[in-house]
Amino acid sequence: MPNYSLRINGQVHEVEVAEDTPVLWVLRDHIKLLGTKYGCGIGQCGACTIHLDGLAMRSCSVPISAVGSQKITTIEGLSEKGNHPVQQAWIEHDVPQCGYCQAGQIMNAAALLADTPSPSDKEIAARMNGNICRCGTYTRIQKAIKTAAEKMS
Amino acid sequence: MKVKTQHNRRSFLKVSAAAGGGLVLGFSWLAGCSPAESEIAEEVARQMPENWFDINGFLKIGDNGLVTIMSPNPEIGQNVKTSMPMIVAEELDVAWEDVIVEQAGLDTEIFTRQLAGGSQSIRFGWPGLRRAGAAARHLLVAATAEKWQVPLEELTTENGIITHAATGQTIGYGEIASAAAGIEVPEEIALKEPADFKIIGQGKKNVDGRKITTGEPLFGIDVQREGMLTAMIIHPPAFGMKLKTYDATTVSSMPGISKVFTINADKEGVEKQWSDTNAFPELIAIVGETTWQVMKAKKALQVEWEQDTPPESSPELQQALVALMETTPKEAARKDGDPTGAFAGAAQVVEATYTAPFLAHNTMEPMNFFAHVTADHAELEGPIQTPEFLRPTVAALVGLPEDKVSIMMTRMGGGFGRRLYGNFGVEAALISKEMNAPVKLLYTREDDMTQGTYRPDYRVTYRAALNEDNELIGFHVRGSGTDGSPVFANRFPAGAVDNYLAENLEKSSNISTGAWRAPRSNFIAGAEQAFLDEVAEAAGKDPIEFRLELFDRAIAKPVGEKNDYEADRYAGVLKLVKEKAGWGTERPGVHRGVAAYYCHNSYVAQVVDVVMENDRPKVDKVWCAVDCGIVVNPEGAINQIEGGIIDGIGHAMYSAITFENGKPQQSNFDKYRLIRHAEAPREIEVFFVENGIDPTGLGEPSLPPVIGALANALAKATGERLYHQPFEFNPQEVLG
Repeated sequence: MPNYSLRINGQVHEVEVAEDTPVLWVLRDHIKLLGTKYGCGIGQCGACTIHLDGLAMRSCSVPISAVGSQKITTIEGLSEKGNHPVQQAWIEHDVPQCGYCQAGQIMNAAALLADTPSPSDKEIAARMNGNICRCGTYTRIQKAIKTAAEKMS
Repeated sequence: MKVKTQHNRRSFLKVSAAAGGGLVLGFSWLAGCSPAESEIAEEVARQMPENWFDINGFLKIGDNGLVTIMSPNPEIGQNVKTSMPMIVAEELDVAWEDVIVEQAGLDTEIFTRQLAGGSQSIRFGWPGLRRAGAAARHLLVAATAEKWQVPLEELTTENGIITHAATGQTIGYGEIASAAAGIEVPEEIALKEPADFKIIGQGKKNVDGRKITTGEPLFGIDVQREGMLTAMIIHPPAFGMKLKTYDATTVSSMPGISKVFTINADKEGVEKQWSDTNAFPELIAIVGETTWQVMKAKKALQVEWEQDTPPESSPELQQALVALMETTPKEAARKDGDPTGAFAGAAQVVEATYTAPFLAHNTMEPMNFFAHVTADHAELEGPIQTPEFLRPTVAALVGLPEDKVSIMMTRMGGGFGRRLYGNFGVEAALISKEMNAPVKLLYTREDDMTQGTYRPDYRVTYRAALNEDNELIGFHVRGSGTDGSPVFANRFPAGAVDNYLAENLEKSSNISTGAWRAPRSNFIAGAEQAFLDEVAEAAGKDPIEFRLELFDRAIAKPVGEKNDYEADRYAGVLKLVKEKAGWGTERPGVHRGVAAYYCHNSYVAQVVDVVMENDRPKVDKVWCAVDCGIVVNPEGAINQIEGGIIDGIGHAMYSAITFENGKPQQSNFDKYRLIRHAEAPREIEVFFVENGIDPTGLGEPSLPPVIGALANALAKATGERLYHQPFEFNPQEVLG
């Protein structure tokens, strides 16, 4: 099995896995970073969203062989103290119900705000449409993103 | 108010000390901040106590005044891990900021009804949680009275501090906790008056909020153990099929694969409980090192299946209900007056038929469980709504006494009823036993969605008889569905109509069904409320006024004795939502629908505002009035209500499981459509009826009526009434 040197949350990790192993399972099974969640395995639900060089990606659908030198950021590495404005806004609006999809939601929202600091309601809805929340916290997610955007501006 | 303590003596064990120490990062120090403060709020690390004193099974007090409160019930996203400890903290009279919450494992010695279902955790937990907090407070106060040699009645408590006003002495709970050991639990205990509540009724943020937003391991899928193996299952691809044979030779040599074998949850002599519902007791198990290795082996495995019972397909499944509905049940579920006469003499009869498809639960966290079964003990940990029911089944199947089976509940990535049925926990235990190793079983999304335990398909026909004065003089409902009718014979409008007939018909299927958020109500409320809208229209009456007239009748002169609702509270939520939504004021471009429903002991009325966007209807706003008695945690309560509304709208609009020769035609989110962000209402506003009634259910009641309010608003928006869910499907396509 090939060896990969991965840059994850500012640290280098060496793993030996099959080249078709999705990043999701490398993170969960090998690095033991468990915040990134499995939801569908086909890039439809967004629970596994991470950042690859700052861009939101579905880690279930990215094979480890495609990562190369790109920097991986997971929910655990989004901020040093768990105080990224999006994380704070999530707590302020008490967004989670079951909470399972929220790491993916937060990672997608953080990527959105990184390239669109003041998104319109429509832009938020369009960008967040790939992340399913089965509990139905969408209205709170919408508000939390607005709050985070205000704080970041 | 004084109540019997009722506690088993054994649950009030002697105070004991346990080593503590270290720092704890609190949830409530950050979460307690107002939005304005949170910008500058830094989370405070609190010193952990050196010793914890177990006061009773529900709580322990640290020597520095920190309090750990156990949350007894499974947490599926209904936020009981916050709201149940709030109730204990209220009666204990501590500051919420000094509380640490821990999830309890299954412990029937201390706790009762450790179950997440029927929206009943708070309703049933309420008295016991209050007693536990009040009894602990009493022990601390009584110990203080003894220490200071003052009358107990002269002591007051607030925020974990006991005060004797006359002498000005104070002492913290943590300082007196060790002395509480010698105090007898009294026969009776005083509870607070609701007017004195300081924590209950205040919005408290999710105690796991910080862990969730930073990705800390909380869920069943996150369970880790030294030497743990990963397991997956393969179940038959279609209902009605069973395993014939498989060839493991190709996958046994694949990297990381340990073993391929079959397990069977059916065992002679082991009696099945309702929670053992399972269409596929015999499965193939594949065990290996990592998830991806096992997934690849699962795909590669060559399996032959054979037909066991006749396959069923979707058009025929609904057509079977059509045929069933032609029959007349031997006995009515309820009959008042002379329905036949009323319809014969009616000036006008309104009739409509409503249908709904099978639905999957689709919790975002797929089914999974950890098990480590050894010769003398079984340790299980995972997401389960019914740990008390899982234990006897596991014990019987692995051949251990029940007290040798421990079950720890993890936070769950959704429940919606699916995790009432613990087959995945049983399977994990069987696999672990075979492997003689700790094992975590994980379903793929496809396994999860095609495994069954679905919300059944339904079909119901309503008829209403109006007299010349447009009064409702007769009402007839006949309902049918797989494994049971959705009709609740004693719910409204029973009791408000002189001549009433409710009939139930059911058929069986090899497709397994189960409770899905607000069972039966999740369909019948929408059908009934859409029908009443149509009847109001035929009667030329405003839909709210029409309903209120019926409630007036049920209040003034109820028909029958078994009416399963309080008409004044029902009318109360309708009046509240009418006022708040400004019902009756037309706004250009806004199409409104209303509905009200009672289930899980709570009353909900909603107004849905639909607007047209790009020629398509979109829910703009939902107004929701709720009477669930005392609201323990308004913040969490509103979240539940919002979620139920979005869940109801989503499933009514978009979702269905259909079958071809027993095979589910949707196995992942590419084909099974769940509501997404852009389709959610722009705004949901919630209003509570304020009263001092003991709290009732909230996880489910907002879902059922919104489907009716949505259908009624869509009828206004499009000019066409909708009878068949999901509304975005062309019903003819579904029916074939």
